[in-house]
Amino acid sequence: MKALIRITALGIGLLFTLVSFAQSTEQTEETAENQPPNKFAERVQALNGRSFNAKIKAIETLSESKDPRVLPILKAMLDKDQGLYYRKSDDTIVTVEEVEDGLQLTDVLTGEDLGVVGKRDARKIGINNKVRNVLKSAIAVLELGADEKHIRLQSAQNLLKSPDKNLLSLLEERAELEDVASIKHLLEVAIALIKIDSDDQKVRLQAVEVLSSSVEPEAVNVVRKLAEVDEAGTYIEADLKVAELADAKLKSVETKLAMYRATENIFFGLSLGSVFLLAAIGLAITFGVMGVINMAHGEMIMIGAYTTFFVQQAMPNLIEASLFVAIPLAFLVSGAVGVLIERTIIRHLYGRPLDTLLATFGVGLILQQAARTYNSNNVPVITPSWMSSAWAPNGAISFNYNRIYILFFALVVLFSLALLLKKTLFGLQMRAVTQNRPMASSMGIRQNRVDALTFGLGSGIAGIAGVALSQITNVGPNLGSAYIIDSFMVVVFGGVGSLIGTFFGAFGLGVINKLLEPSFGAVVGKILVLIFIILFIQWRPRGLFALKGRFVED
Amino acid sequence: MKNMIKKTAMLVSAAVISTTAYFAQAADTIKVGVLHSLSGTMAISETTLKDTVLMMIEDQNAKGGLLGKKLEAVVVDPASNWPLFAEKTKELLEKEKVDVIFGCWTSVSRKSVLPVIEELNGLLFYPVQYEGEESSKNVFYTGAAPNQQAIPAVDYLMSEDGGSVKRWVLEGTDYVYPRTTNKILEQYLLSKGVKPEDISINYTPFGHSDWQTRVAEIKKFGSAGKKTAVVSTINGDANVPFYKELGNAGISAEDIPVVAFSVGEEELSGFDTSPLVGHLAAWNYFMSVDDKANDEFIAKWHKFIKNKDRVTNDPMEATYIGFKAWAKAVEKAKTTDVDKVRSAMYGIKVPNLTGGTAEVLSNHHFTKPVLIGEIQSDGQFEIVWQTDGEVPGDAWTDFLPESAKIISDWKDPKINCGNYNTETKKCSGQNY
Repeated sequence: MKALIRITALGIGLLFTLVSFAQSTEQTEETAENQPPNKFAERVQALNGRSFNAKIKAIETLSESKDPRVLPILKAMLDKDQGLYYRKSDDTIVTVEEVEDGLQLTDVLTGEDLGVVGKRDARKIGINNKVRNVLKSAIAVLELGADEKHIRLQSAQNLLKSPDKNLLSLLEERAELEDVASIKHLLEVAIALIKIDSDDQKVRLQAVEVLSSSVEPEAVNVVRKLAEVDEAGTYIEADLKVAELADAKLKSVETKLAMYRATENIFFGLSLGSVFLLAAIGLAITFGVMGVINMAHGEMIMIGAYTTFFVQQAMPNLIEASLFVAIPLAFLVSGAVGVLIERTIIRHLYGRPLDTLLATFGVGLILQQAARTYNSNNVPVITPSWMSSAWAPNGAISFNYNRIYILFFALVVLFSLALLLKKTLFGLQMRAVTQNRPMASSMGIRQNRVDALTFGLGSGIAGIAGVALSQITNVGPNLGSAYIIDSFMVVVFGGVGSLIGTFFGAFGLGVINKLLEPSFGAVVGKILVLIFIILFIQWRPRGLFALKGRFVED
Repeated sequence: MKNMIKKTAMLVSAAVISTTAYFAQAADTIKVGVLHSLSGTMAISETTLKDTVLMMIEDQNAKGGLLGKKLEAVVVDPASNWPLFAEKTKELLEKEKVDVIFGCWTSVSRKSVLPVIEELNGLLFYPVQYEGEESSKNVFYTGAAPNQQAIPAVDYLMSEDGGSVKRWVLEGTDYVYPRTTNKILEQYLLSKGVKPEDISINYTPFGHSDWQTRVAEIKKFGSAGKKTAVVSTINGDANVPFYKELGNAGISAEDIPVVAFSVGEEELSGFDTSPLVGHLAAWNYFMSVDDKANDEFIAKWHKFIKNKDRVTNDPMEATYIGFKAWAKAVEKAKTTDVDKVRSAMYGIKVPNLTGGTAEVLSNHHFTKPVLIGEIQSDGQFEIVWQTDGEVPGDAWTDFLPESAKIISDWKDPKINCGNYNTETKKCSGQNY
């Protein structure tokens, strides 16, 4: 009889679903075995409700049952690439896999293979952000006891966003068992967020203590709110003792936050600096060492980025490893293009800087338009999963992995280049040619070859920069022109011809940029940096680290 | 059977054209100017629209052209160079003597064309969503005015389904469209009772690629305990690094949804969209719309461009509507004379690609449905909300006090201008 009521209830709609919701809570004690199988099937079927609200109700009802199938079903529903589908012919809820001639269906209840159907014969069960939120917290509750550390951490983070009174005992139980400090802390904060609404002053005071020890935004907000005063200067919070404690603790919380923010800002600056450094090292060689104003330098970066794209196209199943293939390949491709440009155009123009400027500008335009003719759109370069997401030691600060890797990568590239210049024969020849061309030539160095290889080296490094940039920005025809000005600024500011100057120039400009941005905005910040460089060049025309010696004046 | 009749008809008409009237036709075609950048920064977006116009012309010619004449496309390349837009317009109108122009993308290029097209009395169909505050006699705006995109999007986010957003970040690229749109949105939000401290407005330069600071600030602004959303008028290229940074910083659409007005299917085809799932866009058309006319349009597009992976987007639909309306008006006026076609335009109804009808209004805007879509992992949008019917485009917004009293009506002989002040009962006198 009860079952009959349930069937009608589910059938009629939302209001009645509420009734069955109340009933289902009574039944949570039942185990999966003695639950009639069709009841569970109905609950799953309800996931394909007519409105988003109906779906939310269905998810809540479903997550009450202790059936082990719930978690995979909910996870499939939330999964961005997958999602739950229903077969159009009979509304069976399925998961799908794309195969050559349509969709391969699997029944979510039985795991039974339902065969392949046409692409239009199964439809995705649409969800919106609200449904996603509910799914996330339902999954978080179910996964709080997971064996994997990172899954528990994620559940704890998700639970923090919507602490639910009903979960208090579960949270306390888990916090007791938890042995990882960071997860335990999050659980304790979640418990405190629930307890702060209690009526007992002592409990509340304790909760304030816990909350003010944390820098998670949810906790900070509550403490801030408790310490709020109205226009007359009296606390808005009714319980004076709680308010006073919150107020007293707030100061140290705010100092902590300010410190984290400053750290984060400096990291942003260093990260921007590392991007500048990568883009500018190649130029430091072609412009700084050879004296060629290479306006096509940006396009060498672009070629490197496109190489990354083609590598990923060629090995779609090995995206995680694609960058390691792309780095040497981009170096070779951009380097080869660089040698070609040097041999065909630039070598005729040595000693005529204005002519090289115009010629390389033209080459740059040709390369840009070539990319545009290939595909006028930006091309999608995938970020490997080990590079996405962020390292977040707590809720107030986070460092993106791609930024961290690029920062280290830039330093590695700089260091290898310095080694090449100082420790190898080619480096020695290169320095000799650039410092005194006729003398080097009379010593038997083939300067044509050295010129071509030096230009190729600069271009190749630009190609490597392109691989790194493909991970943070657009890969398209305009990629190069976006970085050419910054690169010249870095080289001129750091000192023409000096690698160490490029290093300090890049990180200096990066940090200055990022320190100005929060207070002045990105537009004005950029203008201020330009003005600063102009003034600086007046004072030190040769940049931060000027080359010294007789040959400089040539 | 139907197919055969069609084929026979096509053969017959082709035969008629080729035999009886070939010489007369060749000398006497209807010239259609195409003014879209094919090189430079805007080529990314505008090349597609050039192809769309060419496709529409081919389609129309296959049906026998207009008024018994063939259509002939005159394609020029203004190269993303704003003053060049004015020069090319002059060339199209004076040298090529085109009957109509389809073109422009950015507002600044349109503003550059305006004085020329008014002086030489040409006809321009402008197919992109824009900031409004304009109604020229010689321009038809087939994209969305602010009340057909920005305002409904904000309404959706304020609704319960959209997450009852209470706190707003208006993030834009630093130029005229985002600045005007944000001015209108700010007034609108304030009128809805949003407190000034709950609105944060920020601008970044064109092609901004280092979003770390901004994203950290949005995260901070959004963690104040009130539901926060970002309204993005960030232009083209700057979007990829912005969304990438959002994804990496762990800001998902469930926490802080971003609704964008310049991100469509075409832009998403340069993204790896899986970190963006759930972020929103507001348009008058999505490729994913389930409608027969849309299916046919997509099939036609794939055949024309010879690439099954190419997507369709909102400005393409706006070009489609504009072309269809113009063709209908030419047939109604029985001439391509600009003034006569213009008068014939008002009240013309053409089917759009989302199952509704677009009507040409006397303020030179169109009626359009507003759709809100969530980004999916395949680069398409899932429609989560839409207006009940079509929304008439409003040239002058009702949410800025100085614009609220201005209306545009080119049909009513008593008004007959694009900037009639309903208080002083006068036109302001400016031409555009």
